[in-house]
Amino acid sequence: MAEIIEVNDLVKVFRNGVRAVDGVSFTVSKGEIFGFLGPNGAGKSTTLRMLSTLLRPTSGTAIIDGLDVVRDAREVRKRIGLVAEKMILYDYLTPYENLRLFGKLYSIEEKELDKRINELLKTVEMDKWKNERVKNFSTGMRQRINLVRGLINYPKVLFLDEPTLGLDPHSSVEIRQLIAKLNKEMNITVILTTHYMEEVDALADRIAIMNNGKIAALDTSENLKRRISEETILEAKVTDSAGALKAVRALEYVRDVSSSDGVLRITGQGRDFVDAVINSIKSTGAKIISIKEVEPSLEDVFIKLTYGGE
Amino acid sequence: MGIKSELSHTFWITWKDLMELRRSKMRMAMMVLMPLIMMAMMSFMFPSTNSVSNIPVMMVNADPGAMGSGIVQALEQINSASGMMVLKNASSEEEARDMIVEGNALGAIVIPENFSQILTTRSSTVNITVITDNSNPQISQMLSQVLTQIIDSMGERYAVMGLEPIARNIGVNPVAMVVPFRAEAKGVTEGGSYVEFVIPGLLMMTMISSVMTGLPRAIAYEKDIGTMNGFLAAPISRFSIIGGKALGRIIRGFIQGILSLILAIVLFRINVYGNLLAIFAILFLGVFSFVGLGIVLTSVAEDEETASMIIMTLTLPMMFLSGIFFPIQMMPSFMQTISKWLPFTYAVDAMRRIMVFGATLGNVYNDVLVMLIFGIATLIIAIPVFERGMTR
Ligand SMILES: Nc1ncnc2c1ncn2[C@@H]1O[C@H](COP(=O)(O)OP(=O)(O)O)[C@@H](O)[C@H]1O
Ligand SMILES: [Mg+2]
Repeated sequence: MAEIIEVNDLVKVFRNGVRAVDGVSFTVSKGEIFGFLGPNGAGKSTTLRMLSTLLRPTSGTAIIDGLDVVRDAREVRKRIGLVAEKMILYDYLTPYENLRLFGKLYSIEEKELDKRINELLKTVEMDKWKNERVKNFSTGMRQRINLVRGLINYPKVLFLDEPTLGLDPHSSVEIRQLIAKLNKEMNITVILTTHYMEEVDALADRIAIMNNGKIAALDTSENLKRRISEETILEAKVTDSAGALKAVRALEYVRDVSSSDGVLRITGQGRDFVDAVINSIKSTGAKIISIKEVEPSLEDVFIKLTYGGE
Repeated sequence: MGIKSELSHTFWITWKDLMELRRSKMRMAMMVLMPLIMMAMMSFMFPSTNSVSNIPVMMVNADPGAMGSGIVQALEQINSASGMMVLKNASSEEEARDMIVEGNALGAIVIPENFSQILTTRSSTVNITVITDNSNPQISQMLSQVLTQIIDSMGERYAVMGLEPIARNIGVNPVAMVVPFRAEAKGVTEGGSYVEFVIPGLLMMTMISSVMTGLPRAIAYEKDIGTMNGFLAAPISRFSIIGGKALGRIIRGFIQGILSLILAIVLFRINVYGNLLAIFAILFLGVFSFVGLGIVLTSVAEDEETASMIIMTLTLPMMFLSGIFFPIQMMPSFMQTISKWLPFTYAVDAMRRIMVFGATLGNVYNDVLVMLIFGIATLIIAIPVFERGMTR
């Protein structure tokens, strides 16, 4: 499998001294969807900005399609598409004009450009709006145009920074489906950042969990979940959840407890974990209405890696 | 990447900016309104002798004879033509003074009691006193000047009348006896109203601020809303970006400048003596000389707020020190020195000479040279500064 992106010990220290990215290394294969997951301020956008030639790394290297992002910036730019955190779209222009403007900047020849614009707008079902001003569009419509705007040069690699931020659930699902479709049909390698678990879970072949400028874990969704599978997660519906919560939390087997709607979610490990939990709930006088073991979610992994489990 | 495609990128960025302008009704309206309001303000706000009217002036005629009322009549006649004053009668100099002190009048004309008597006997010169409200220096100065002139020339005419029989006897012109010579003040051209003085500078300012302040603001704005990333991530030269934005501003400035010029000619009837081509050349040169500074400011300003603040701090003193609104010679000498170091001063000077005097480009080569040198020097500094600012 060919590696289209190779990143080696990338560091970005801003002028104000903030170490936003602190020694990040990874590779991405052709055709892959690679997701960065992390809380706000983790350094995801900064990483993406360096890869898309907008920021100069403090140290380390990033190679895209065999080209260095600093030395060969201009050649790299021809091969990448960028959908940044803020939309790159002009309100007073129509979708057609927006796409044409950027097509011209990529020196795409007129006839070919017209063909691409119509094709791309059709892909996102915006072709009937192509001559209306963007100004009056909904956020979801804008994001669809913004997305294909990043594809006007038929890039090998598409960078997406929080592509569903601020969208309603319906539009988010649409955008995700679109990303999957573009990846498959146009064979575009996609690097995306998000702080929505379900987004990377649904889309990404591999996920890098980022925190404090570092990659805390990098693997497929399944493997990441398996990584904490030596732990057991129980969901128990009890009559007095507040009392039970306190008692369970005191147990040495237990790493994390939370409760909502009278259901306790207890994470822990050890041979006697389940037995100890049941006994301690009963000892408070509360009744267990139901109890079951559940699969760990990506959220559990995320929380363990970014907050709990240093 | 050839120069041709760089130019094409530049053009498309310019096209985008102009398109945004054309489609925004508000911005289009402001483009016409701004110079209009500016010029209207300038031409109506600043006083000139022929635009002052309705100044309340007290008339005191203590003379019981015919000469006093003759003077009053003559004054009333002259005034009714210009409307400069509202003449009101007062019985004594004290009453007139009180009126001025109380703010009910701005001046008074006092004809003394013995006016007719002295005049008919011609035993000495007699004074008509002009009193003015010296707490209002501009009006006071103007009023005393105008009234002194009118009264003096009335005196001359009276003298001429007295000399007439004698003059006829010896065969000379009586006027030449009374006023053998006179100073005649003349401009290089006919014009010379305040509007004509101000408009060349305003025109220059409109154009120059379009690049100097508009460029940093436009780029800072695109950085703020994030669309700049689209240009930065595209395989285009950084100079296509700055060039495209600058060209857009230059075109906007030019349109606004020409619009102002037309408005000035049509609405304010200013006379333009200079050759239109020379005017355009100076407009263009002025703009060119400030592109470099605009780019430097662009690189320094991180966001729109900072950009606006830097611009305000720079433009205001430049506007007032460059002699747009009042002559440099009227400023204290240290300010005149500062003014000499502002390139804007030379742009305004060149424009004014060409528009008001009909000077040729050769006549203003000194200004042209300063603008050229400043423009090239700032561009040389601006290019590396801009490159560093863009890839942080
Ligand atoms: N231009 C900048 N100058 C200084 N600090 C910055 C700049 N951009 C981002 N940062 C800081 O770098 C850190 C990482 O930011 P970012 O990469 O945007 O995180 P994320 O995208 O994961 O939310 C944050 O602490 C942020 O405040
Ligand atoms: Mg971010």
